[in-house]
Amino acid sequence: MLRLFLAGLAILFACLNANAQEGGLQPILQDHQEIIVKSSRKTIKPAIDALAASGLPQAQVMLETWAAKDMWMRKSDGLFFAGTKAEGRLYELTDFDTGEVVGTFEKSDLKQLKPNSGVRAMIGTALVQFQLTDPDRKKRLAALKSIQRDPEGALLEPLRASIEDEPDVDLKVQKQRLERLLTIGYDEDVVARVAAIEEMSNDLGVDVRAALNPLLVTARKTAADLPSDVNVAIVLEPGSDALSRDDAYHLLVASDLAASLVLPDDIRLALAANIDGGRVGGIPVAQLNNNTARAQAYSTLAEAGIVPAFVTEADIDTALGAHVFFETYAEPSIEVTAAAEKALKKIELKVGLNQTLDLTLDAVSLASIYFLAAIGLAITFGVMGVINMAHGEFIMMGAYTGYVVQQYVPDHTVSIIVAIPMAFAVTFAMGVAMERLVIRWLYARPLETLLATFGISIALQQLAKNIFGTQARPLTAPGWLDGAWVMNDVVSISYIRIAIFVLALIFLGLFLYIMKRTRLGLEMRAVTQNPRMAGSMGINPGRVNMLTFGLGSGIAGIAGVAIGLFAKVTSDLGNDYIVQSFMTVVVGGVGNIWGALAGAGMIGFLQKGIEWMNPSNTLAAQTYMIIFIIIFIQFRPRGIIALKGRAAGD
Amino acid sequence: MERSFVAKNPSVLVFLAILSLFTLGVTVLSEGFGIGVISTSFVKTLGKTLCLCLIAVAMDLVWGFTGILSLGHFAFFGLGGYMIGMWLMYERTRLIVVESLSQAEIPPTPAEVVDAIGTQIFGVVGSSEFPLIWAFSHSLTLQLILVVVVPGLLALIFGWLAFRSRVTGVYLSILTQAMTLALALYLFQNDSGLRGNNGLSGLQNLPGVTVSQDVVSLWFLWASALALGLGYMLAAWIVSGKFGSVLRGIRDNEARVRFLGYSVEVYKLAVFTLTACIAAIAGALYYPQAGIINPEEMAPIASIYLAVWVAIGGRGRLYGAVIGAAFVSLLSTWFTGGQAPDIPLGFYTIKWVDWWQVLLGVSFVLVTLFAPQGIGGLFDLYTNQRHPDRHGANLGPDEGALREKEASL
Repeated sequence: MLRLFLAGLAILFACLNANAQEGGLQPILQDHQEIIVKSSRKTIKPAIDALAASGLPQAQVMLETWAAKDMWMRKSDGLFFAGTKAEGRLYELTDFDTGEVVGTFEKSDLKQLKPNSGVRAMIGTALVQFQLTDPDRKKRLAALKSIQRDPEGALLEPLRASIEDEPDVDLKVQKQRLERLLTIGYDEDVVARVAAIEEMSNDLGVDVRAALNPLLVTARKTAADLPSDVNVAIVLEPGSDALSRDDAYHLLVASDLAASLVLPDDIRLALAANIDGGRVGGIPVAQLNNNTARAQAYSTLAEAGIVPAFVTEADIDTALGAHVFFETYAEPSIEVTAAAEKALKKIELKVGLNQTLDLTLDAVSLASIYFLAAIGLAITFGVMGVINMAHGEFIMMGAYTGYVVQQYVPDHTVSIIVAIPMAFAVTFAMGVAMERLVIRWLYARPLETLLATFGISIALQQLAKNIFGTQARPLTAPGWLDGAWVMNDVVSISYIRIAIFVLALIFLGLFLYIMKRTRLGLEMRAVTQNPRMAGSMGINPGRVNMLTFGLGSGIAGIAGVAIGLFAKVTSDLGNDYIVQSFMTVVVGGVGNIWGALAGAGMIGFLQKGIEWMNPSNTLAAQTYMIIFIIIFIQFRPRGIIALKGRAAGD
Repeated sequence: MERSFVAKNPSVLVFLAILSLFTLGVTVLSEGFGIGVISTSFVKTLGKTLCLCLIAVAMDLVWGFTGILSLGHFAFFGLGGYMIGMWLMYERTRLIVVESLSQAEIPPTPAEVVDAIGTQIFGVVGSSEFPLIWAFSHSLTLQLILVVVVPGLLALIFGWLAFRSRVTGVYLSILTQAMTLALALYLFQNDSGLRGNNGLSGLQNLPGVTVSQDVVSLWFLWASALALGLGYMLAAWIVSGKFGSVLRGIRDNEARVRFLGYSVEVYKLAVFTLTACIAAIAGALYYPQAGIINPEEMAPIASIYLAVWVAIGGRGRLYGAVIGAAFVSLLSTWFTGGQAPDIPLGFYTIKWVDWWQVLLGVSFVLVTLFAPQGIGGLFDLYTNQRHPDRHGANLGPDEGALREKEASL
C-alpha cells in the first residue's frame, strides 16, 4: 500500500517538475532556495524582489503564506509548498502554482520556514502591490496606509496601475493623493515631479510637507573649488552670520582639509602626558595654573616636535581663503528643488494663517475658562465688593460634587445633567451659610473679609483632602464630548472646549437676564448702590446680600463641574484659578460683567500669545502675563471698562 | 522736655530682656555649649522661629501700622534666602572642586575651577554656564549687600508702580499676591538661573567651618536673636515717632493725611521697602538654618500665612506680631510633626496631621470675627484698656463715624 502511494507521488512530482519548467513560482523559489532557507534580512532581498517582479497572480498567496509561517520545504527535493496541519505529525502540502494538493508528509521530512519580523516586514512591502488591487477594501486600505508609512519608489507603478479600477470613491481619492506624493519623491521624470509639486502646493496636509521637506535637506560642504555636478543651494562666506569663522574651520577639519585646532583640553592633556621631573617644557608644573604659562610650555613641546603645533590665526586665514564653503541639496535636480522651495513657501504662508486661526480658537477657549471661573467673582467681588478668597474652593467643591454624582449615576450624560444643579445647590447653600455666619459681620472691613475667607479657604481645602484624599479624582465627560472638531491638519478644537465656550455664553446671558430683567437683579443693584436708601424702599438688604452671594457662589460651583471635565479634580484645584480670576475681574473693571468678559478675553489671548512666542515654557508665559497685568493696572487702574459717575461708588 | 525712647516704650525693654533670657536659656540647654537637653534640630527650629518673628514684625509694620496688607513679603524673605544661598553654595562647591582638582597632574587655571563649579551646581538643570545673576556669588560681602539690595529694589519698583497709581486696599493685596506668584513661577523654571524647582541646597554647611552643626546652629540662633532684637528696636523707634504717627494716619484715613499735606506715597513706599529689606534679612538668616530653599517656599500661600500669624498675634502692636508668629508656627510644627495626640471619638479618630489646617483655618476666622486684637488683646485686658466696639451700622454719613454699638457703650 505504501509502495503504491509512493509510486503515485513520484508520478505527481514528475508532472510538477514539468509544470515548473514552463514557468511559475517554483523555479524562482528554487533559484533563491539557499537565501530563502537562510531567511536573513540582510540577504533575502533578491528573492523577494524576484517574486514580486514575476507579476504572477499566485505570488500574493505565496507571499502571504510565507509571512504567516505556513510555507514548508520538502527536504527530499528542496521544493516549497504551502502546508496545513493534518492529523498527528502529518502535514498536507499544496502547490503554489497549481493550487493542487500534493500530498501528506511526516513533519520530519519537511522544514518549516519561519521568517523573522524583519523579513516579514519586507514581505509585507512586496505584498502591498498585490493588495492594492485586492477585492477586500480593508486590505486595500491597509496597503495604502503601509505605503504612507514608508513610501518607496518601487510602489509608484503598481499604485498608478491600481487607481483606474478602484471601485471605492473614497479610496480612489486617497490613492490619487498618494500617487501625487510618491511622484514628488520618486518619479524619474523631472517635469512630472515639478507638476506634482505645483499641484500639491495648495495642500495643508502634514504628509505634503513631509514629502517636500526631504527634497530641501542640505548638507554643508567645503572644497577647493565649487564643484559643477552638484545642486548647490547657497555659497557661504566664512565670517558671515550664516557661517562663522570657527564653524568654517571646523568644517575644514572635519573634511580633513586642515589641521585641527589645539583646544585648552588638548593642551592640558598633552602637558600632563609630558611631565618630566616636575617640569614641562622647562616650566615647573606648579606654575602651570594659567593659560599663558601653559601656552608657553606647549610651544616648547611643539618646537621639540613632541606635540602638534599651534594653529595660528594666519594659518586659519590661509586655509579659509583657499576653500569655498557651500550647501548642497541631496536632491540633484535644480528644477525640483526650486519648485519645492516655492511650494513650501506657499504652504508655510497658508499654515501660518491657519495657525493664527488655531491660536485664536485656543485663546477663545482659554478666555471662556477664565470667564467661567471669574463670573461668580464678578458677582461677589464685582457687584457686592466682597473679596472672597474661598471662591476657588467653591469651584473645587463644584467639581467634587460632579465626581460624587458620577459615583452614583453611571451614565455620564445623565450624571452631568444632574451634577450641574447639584453643584449649584451645594455651593449656593455653602455661600449663603458663609455670608450669614462670617461675611455679614465684616462688610465695613474688606481686608478682614479677605483674611476670614482665606481662613475658610484653607479649612475647606484640608477638609476636601481629608474626605477625598490627595490623589486626583476623575470627572469623566460624556462620550459625545470626546474627540475634537478637526478643520484641517492645523486647525482643530476639542468638543469639551466648545462646550465650555457655549456654557460661558449661556452664563453671560443668564447673568445679564438676572441683573437687568428680574426683581432680584433690580434689588441687587439698588443694595449695591446705596443699602440704606434701598432699605428705605422696602428692600431687605440682608436678604438680598445673602442671595447675591449665594448666586455668585453657585455659579462658581457650576464652573467647577465644567473645569473638572478637562482638569484633574484635586483639593487644590481652586488655587490654580483664584489669582487669575481676581486678575480677570480687576483687569476688566470691577462691577461690570462686560468688564469681566473683556478681562478674560485679554488674559486668555495674552497668555496664548506669549505661549506661542515661547512655546516650551508655559511657566514663563504666566510670569510675563502677570507682570504685564501689573503694568497694565498702572495705565487703567479701574480696568478696561471702568464704571463712571455714581455707579463707581466714590 | 523730650523723654528718652526707652522711657517712652518700656515694652521694648521687656521684650529685649525676654529675648536675651530666651537665647541664654537655649544656649545653656543646648548640645553645643550646654547640658544637651534641647536637641540641635530643635535649636534650629527655635532659630528659624526667631527669623519668622522678625518677618512678622516687618509685616506688622506694613500692615498693622500702615494698613497695607501685603501678600508679598514672603517673596522678599525668599529672595533674601536665595541671595545668601548663592554665596553659600558657590563657596562650598568651590572648596570641594579645588580639593578634587588639586589631585590633577596639572594645576587648574581659575577659569577651569569656575567651569567645574558651574557643572557641579547647574548639572541638575542640564547646564554648566553661570547665569548673569551669579556674577557676584564669589564674594560674601557683595552677596550680603545683595540680600538687602535686590528685594529692596524689587519692593521699591513694585511699590512705586502700585502706590503711584493709587492702588489701595484689597486691590493692592491681590496685586502683591500676583507679584509673588509671578516671582515663584519664574523661579520654578529651570532656565531662571537658580536651579528651578531643585532650589539651592546644602546651605546648612558653612564653607570653611569645621565645627559641628551643634555649634553652628547656636551661632545662627544668636544671629537671629540679635537681628530680631535690632529689628524690633528699629520698628519700635519708627512707630513711636512722628513718622509712625503719619503711618497710623494713613492706615486710618489715607485721604485725610493726604489733605493735610503729607506725601502719602512716599511714606508708604518707604515703609514698604524698609520692611521688604527686613524680611530679606530674616530670610537670609532663616534658610541657612533650614538648609534648602526652593520656589515652593515663595508661593503666595506663605505670605498669607504670615498675615495669619500677625492677625492671630494681634496687629498694630509689635509684640503681638512676635507672639503670633512664634505661637502659630511652633504650634504648627507640633501638630504637623505628628507629636500631638490623636483624639479618638469612637466612630472616628481625629488625626491632627490631617485636621490641624482645618483647626487653623476655623480659629483664624473666629479670631478675625470675635477678637480682632488677637492674642495681644489679652494684654489690654490685663492693663484694663477697652477698645471701641466698631460693630453695627454707621451713625454718621461715612466710614469714620461712630457705630451703633460703639455709641451705646
